[in-house]
Amino acid sequence: MAGTTGESRTPQGTEAQIMVRNMTMAYGSFVLMRDLNFEVRRGDIFIIMGGSGCGKSTVLRHLIGLKEPAAGEIIYGNVNFTRAGPEERERLLRRFGVLYQSGALWSSMTLAENVGLPLGEFTDLKPSQIREIAELKLALVGLKGFEDFYPNQISGGMQKRAGLARAMALDADILFFDEPSAGLDPISSRLLDNLILELRDSLGATIVVVTHELASIFSIANNCVFLDAESRTQIAAGNPKDLLANSKDPRVRRFLTRGEEGGDLANSNG
Amino acid sequence: MPPCQRRQEVKMETFHDREQGKVSFERMDDVLVVRLSGPWCVRSDMPPASLLAQELNALPAPKSVSFDSTQLTNWDSGLISFLVQSSGFCRARGIGQNREGLADGLRHLVELAEAVPEKKGARSEAARPSFFARVGNASIGYGLSIRDFLEFLGELTVAFARFVRGKARYRKIDLMEAIQQCGASAVGIVTLIAFLVGVILAFMGAVQLSQFGASIYVADLVGIGMVREMGAMMTAIIMSGRTGAAFAAKLGTMKVTQEIDALTTMGISPLEFLVLPRVLALVLMMPLLCLFADLVGILGGMFVGVGMLDLSAGSYMRETISTLTLVNLFGGLIKATFYGALIATAGCLRGFQCGNSSSAVGDAATQAVVMSIVMVVVACGLFAVMFNVLHI
Repeated sequence: MAGTTGESRTPQGTEAQIMVRNMTMAYGSFVLMRDLNFEVRRGDIFIIMGGSGCGKSTVLRHLIGLKEPAAGEIIYGNVNFTRAGPEERERLLRRFGVLYQSGALWSSMTLAENVGLPLGEFTDLKPSQIREIAELKLALVGLKGFEDFYPNQISGGMQKRAGLARAMALDADILFFDEPSAGLDPISSRLLDNLILELRDSLGATIVVVTHELASIFSIANNCVFLDAESRTQIAAGNPKDLLANSKDPRVRRFLTRGEEGGDLANSNG
Repeated sequence: MPPCQRRQEVKMETFHDREQGKVSFERMDDVLVVRLSGPWCVRSDMPPASLLAQELNALPAPKSVSFDSTQLTNWDSGLISFLVQSSGFCRARGIGQNREGLADGLRHLVELAEAVPEKKGARSEAARPSFFARVGNASIGYGLSIRDFLEFLGELTVAFARFVRGKARYRKIDLMEAIQQCGASAVGIVTLIAFLVGVILAFMGAVQLSQFGASIYVADLVGIGMVREMGAMMTAIIMSGRTGAAFAAKLGTMKVTQEIDALTTMGISPLEFLVLPRVLALVLMMPLLCLFADLVGILGGMFVGVGMLDLSAGSYMRETISTLTLVNLFGGLIKATFYGALIATAGCLRGFQCGNSSSAVGDAATQAVVMSIVMVVVACGLFAVMFNVLHI
């Protein structure tokens, strides 16, 4: 509920909203990434980027609490997410909105029910009010009139947008997007980018995006972290445009220029 | 024409149809020329690359290898595979290669296949572990799976406690749907199986009992057998296959499509939202289905009694009623309730543990059925011992 929390919602603030400190991610004894350190400021559109299979989505799963870091910690504002108790965690989770790679809409519910479920569980609204809000959220993502469709009756792009509507259902102030443009045509993907920018500007939300789509990265991001599978850690951070202009690291250059600079294509393990 | 001759002719023809790729080797001083001819396609037979290896091993060893593909009529990836293998043999022996004699397309494809060197460590180098290691790993695996089960049971108990206090988050409609799915919709199959089990029990008893002129006791046998054991047991087995598998497949698919993650990150416990209604539904419906199966089984026995043993329906019913006690009936119903809890828990647990692929969903469903049937039969044995000790 934007505005009722009393928190300042100035976009592009300087305070850190998410802090990741020395995080190591591992599956059992296999270390996927180590020593991750980055900060996401309020109002940022923050990109987690890197080649396929380097663990971008896994970083996201850690940020939203689906996996626990093997070492290090994740701090939201002044709450240590990694060490928080179950109730504090649940309070934090309610500030998150997550758009999954496949949409992850609940297939046995209509779009309106999907969007309305969190409202029904966490607010005291009447069913008719929930329905109205669900219709509004669906209208915001351009799905007016599709309220009573089931997820399998609409296209992949529409599922993504419906997933976005659900992620925004509780007016989350931190939104996480896992590969939002995967499987979308260039135009839908561009529209989604515009929607993301619009959300940040109008809601003042902080947005964390996992993607490797260069076009999206350059058009929406103002901050990023670059993961490298080979060295198993982050090798760059900052505004992607600055990285493109100033980074000396051949791995970063190769990625940001689609392999036109920074050495032999064949040696990159994609 | 004698038949054998005709057969030979046909054979000749097929041989002619299937032209083979051929390879021949020629030495020109230090150079081994590999001449490729005919069609080299995966569908027709091709000479193995080991021919070249033999040739390379022959003394004196050639200094380099060159190729001649002018006689080739047709080729596909079969030939590429031959060339890449050949190239491997040459490299292993430090023999140079001259690929200029190959057609351009061929040469490019071979170069492409060799462009990226093999990533070290990508190929699993570990040999099959020893017998003891495998036994150890399997035991650890079983230990872990028991721990998982207990953990799941614990979480489920907590969720149940929240439900009792009215705090659990779930949708009433999901509970109703689950009740319909594992109650009303299962009546048809339960009727069929229970009736046949009643008939089978009656036949088994009839053969022995009629020898003593005691065929009326078929009613006792079927009545007690159905109500105490078979009603609950058969219903449980039907429900494991029908509902336990469905639970595992549904939850497994939701795991694959990240729908369960979506619940978790929304702050809704998937255990309360998905598992609780299913377990409740099955626990509520199992005793009802069992009661129904008892009745239908007794009717099945009566069908045999009246149809084959010349008993009257009235006397059969009277005998059944006089032999059955409430203890028998409730014993069966309590078992059925317990089996219901086991089946639903196993189904949901396997669904939650499902991996991230469609084949994992199939495995989850299979394991759910196996696990629930094993648990039901073991529980049945434990109940039998317990009832015996308690003189029930």
